Amino acid sequence: MRVAVQSAPFDIGHETAAFAQAAAGAGAVVTFTGIVRDLAGGLTAMEIEHYPGMTERAIRDITLQAVSRWDLIDALVIHRHGTLRAGEPIMMVATAAAHRAGAFAAADFLMDYLKSRAPFWKKEITASGAAWVAATDQDEAALSRW
Amino acid sequence: MIDVLYFAWVRERIGLPRERIATSAVTVADLVAELSAQEDRYAAAFADLAALRVALDQELSDFSAPLAGVREVAFFPPMTGG
Repeated sequence: MRVAVQSAPFDIGHETAAFAQAAAGAGAVVTFTGIVRDLAGGLTAMEIEHYPGMTERAIRDITLQAVSRWDLIDALVIHRHGTLRAGEPIMMVATAAAHRAGAFAAADFLMDYLKSRAPFWKKEITASGAAWVAATDQDEAALSRW
Repeated sequence: MIDVLYFAWVRERIGLPRERIATSAVTVADLVAELSAQEDRYAAAFADLAALRVALDQELSDFSAPLAGVREVAFFPPMTGG
């Protein structure tokens, strides 16, 4: 299991290949990658603030839950902070399990929990100003699925 | 003494990322009331507690939680990771 909170970009292909290769005995590897979107048009940058210390701890706790609940062979979470541009990967999760059902479910669970329980805050910078991205009721409601 | 941390718009509204304060507050809500009574910028940041989250020593908690033994309190809006 690996959790990385970093400002540096990462290579999805390299991370996926290395993860799959190391997951001995896995019959299924699922990956999800989150990308910065330019929803309003004219996004100059997205700034991602986090809570050093708590961020790593919260992600590790969530990932340990996923590993134990779906009997994962391995799990990976990479989440960036700092200044990002539209089209750049923000984060990725990878899960490895014996069968696909567990790998898919664990990745879905990780995404729901990372969205509203990992201490990150996104701010969109456009030509007309800056605005914090608000959490939605759907984000919170998604947790009740689990 | 207790370290108080602020993130995202809470940090912007209060005007600093962290401070160390002496307090006799028993609960998080007491601390919020104490700060809000001090200056308008705190009152503005803490105006709607339903829009805020609190962590005690880096674990999510709530406003009724006691502060005894806590070293670090953090206030922030709902998280937007992923």
